Order: sequence, then C-alpha cells, then structure tokens
Amino acid sequence: MDVAHFMASSMGGIRTAGDMVARMEYAKNMKIGPAKEYVAKKLGISTLDIADEHIMRELREEMKLGVVTGVPNAPRGIAAKMNLEKLLDIKINSCEKFRQSLRS
Amino acid sequence: MTAKEFYTRMGDGKRVTMTREKIMDDLQAGAADAADMGAIPQISDDDLERLADIICDPNRAVSVEPGNEVVLTYDIGQLDFTGDNGNSGAGVDMGRLEAALLHERALGSDTFELAHSDYSIKPVKPVIAMEMQTMEEIQQEIIIPYFYGAMPNMGLYYAPDGPYGNPADLMREFKIDESMEQSEKAASHLARDIEYVGNKIYAASADGFDFDTIASAGDADFVGSLNGIEALRKANPQMYINSGMSGESVMGIHGAIEYKGNVVAGMFPHQQVKMCEMAGANVFGAVCNTNTSKSLAWNMGRAVTFVKECVKQASIPVHCDLGMGVGGIPMFETPPVDAVTRCSKAMVEIAHVDGV
Repeated sequence: MDVAHFMASSMGGIRTAGDMVARMEYAKNMKIGPAKEYVAKKLGISTLDIADEHIMRELREEMKLGVVTGVPNAPRGIAAKMNLEKLLDIKINSCEKFRQSLRS
Repeated sequence: MTAKEFYTRMGDGKRVTMTREKIMDDLQAGAADAADMGAIPQISDDDLERLADIICDPNRAVSVEPGNEVVLTYDIGQLDFTGDNGNSGAGVDMGRLEAALLHERALGSDTFELAHSDYSIKPVKPVIAMEMQTMEEIQQEIIIPYFYGAMPNMGLYYAPDGPYGNPADLMREFKIDESMEQSEKAASHLARDIEYVGNKIYAASADGFDFDTIASAGDADFVGSLNGIEALRKANPQMYINSGMSGESVMGIHGAIEYKGNVVAGMFPHQQVKMCEMAGANVFGAVCNTNTSKSLAWNMGRAVTFVKECVKQASIPVHCDLGMGVGGIPMFETPPVDAVTRCSKAMVEIAHVDGV
C-alpha cells in the first residue's frame, strides 16, 4: 500500500523536495500550495520542478541537501539537515540538540 | 445492448463489475449520506462526474497529474515491516534504523516515525529512555522529518488493563455518573502521560509527535488527547504535531465532556479539526471509515464529501488517512492497488487535501 500511494500521489521524499514541503507544512502550518511555492522559491525552480526527480537529484547533491542514493562524502543526516535549515530559514530540532551537545 | 461494465471493488475488497450508471448512483448515495450525517454541503455534480471518471478509468493504477503531488506521511512507523498481520505488518524482523532509512530512501516517504511495538502512549512510559536513545541515533542519519508515533488508546486506562472503572461495565449497571467520572479521570491521566512521553522524546531530538487514532475510546479520549497536545505545544512551541483521528464521528461514551466549552461527542471531521487547531496541532489527519457492505463508489463519495468540507474549513493542513478501511479504501489487510490509487487521486484532486 505504501508503494501505491507513493506512485499515485506523493512527492517522493528526498528523491525530490517532498521532505522540504513537509517541513514547511509542519513548521509553519502552510497548506500544500504555499508550502510548495515557498520551497520552489528557495530552490530557484518552479513548483512543477520540485517534484521532478531528474531536476532534484542533481540539485540536492549540488546544494548538499542529502541524496537518495549512496554517494560517498555527500552530507546525510544532521549535516544535510543543517543545510536545509539555512535554505528554508527554519530551525530543526535535531540540529538544535546537536549544537547544544557540542562544547562551546 | 448490454451497458458496459467496469471492474471495481466492494468495501471488503472483493472485485465486482458495475455500470457507470450504477457507480454514479452509489457515489451520489454515499455523498448524500455524508452530507446528511454531517449537516454539510453535498459535493457538486461536477465532482461526482470526476469521481466516476476516476473509478471507470480502464487502467489498473491511476495517479494525480504532474504538479498535483502532495506530502506522504506515515503512521505506525517500522511496524509495517516488523509487525504481525494485526497491524498489516509483513513480519520481517529488522532494526528500527534500517526500517526508517528504507522508508526514506526506497519508499518515497516525506516523513516517518519511530514506534513502540505496542504503539500506545501508556506502554511507552516504562521504556522511554530506550526510545530516546533510538530517536537520537536515528536522527543522526535520517533527513526527512522523523516523528515519534503512538495511539492515545485510552481503553488501556480502564479495567481490567488500567486503574479506572470501565464505562461500558458501569453503564450496564446504570451507574451513569460514576461512568462519566471514570472517563474524566482516565482523560486527565492520558493527558499527563502524553505530556511526559512527548516532552521526553522531543528532548531526544524528535521532530515532533504523531497522534494516531485519536478518540478511538470515545469523546473523553479526544479531550484527553487535546489537553495533552495543548500541554506539549505550550512546552515546545516549535514541535511538529500531527493529530490523526480514528473515525468520522466522535463516539459519545461520556456524552457531555467538553473541550474549551465545546461538547465533542458527535463531532465530524470539519468540527474535529477546529478542536485540534485550538489545541495547537500543525496538521490534522481526517478519517472516514469504510462500510464493507457498500461499494468503493459509495465509500469514496462519502469520504470525499466529509474530507472536502474539512479541508475547506481548516486553517491548518489536512492529511487524509488512507490506510486499510479508511478514506474509501477497502477494509482489507492487503488493499487492492486499483482501489488505493483511486482513493489517493480522489482525495488529492477532488477533496484537495494537503497530504495523504
């Protein structure tokens, strides 16, 4: 059933910009239209392109936002999320907690 | 000449054939049932025709048009891999880190969550330190928003599983006042537990909390959950909070319990969402339960009517619950792909949900 919804109607997570649109819905209570527009503007592409794997695969690697395939040295986890914080102008809880755990 | 028949489904998943005229009749009847029950507007004739087009599409799987994609959120966490068939789980044992990353990198999840095998607030309390460690570990690796998920499941607070008298037993003995009092005590206990578990897991780096099947134990369960959400929001202004319901109507087991001056028993999705907004939720999970004796068309017409009105009245994003037996999808542990994709498309393009 997961795959059926993925194929039928979903953005595709980190294959595209689905995680970023989800973050704007949760972080700012944005509905789907404004959330997509916000993310598209930050990425400098159209709302159609943010769900396009061909465009987003390369853009995510270039902008160090985390990629869906195993690429050595590409940021993942906290490092990728710290880059997402800067891009989307939001705070992410796991990044905040990571920063708090570092010695000043 | 015999009218052309289309493959479609019953609410239990069984394949049947129906003419377009019969499909339209069932769509209208399902939509009318929702409009009547919820005292909400019926969807338009144009919407009904578009729903019929979706059902009658000759392809096995259908999908939204490019540009109409929405966010895909999950409940029950890794239990869809590791759980038994009671959770529609695949029975494949694996670590929670691996399951989370597989959802992120192979299944197109836009969010995911960590879950305890009992998937309820109450049993998480004694093992919260373990859950915190696992949350911290997975947050180091995962990129998509990663929640902690659990059901309020207030039934666990009543005898014989919990400390409070069982309202069903008490009502059978005509102890109505005592039944209501026990429900209120259980709701207060639930709210305290939500606050405890939620604050701990947020301190361990969780993006937020996904409440699954709110109000499954009735109106007091709804009020307890709302009070818990309110406490979490007060303590954690930036926490992501997903409030997913269990049914299209809140069961009035207490009957008079209120949230901020509103009696919650009998509330439908367009009213439930306003309570969740007031409590501080970021996203509302709208539910419409499937009637197994009716067709996919009847269930889809009914579900889209409820959810479309909810989306219209909501100030926060609405994600439609589209699992087994909800949102028009057949009540079956392996729902047919043709039915799932049709309900997915209908909710996105006709009800205009913000996620599924």
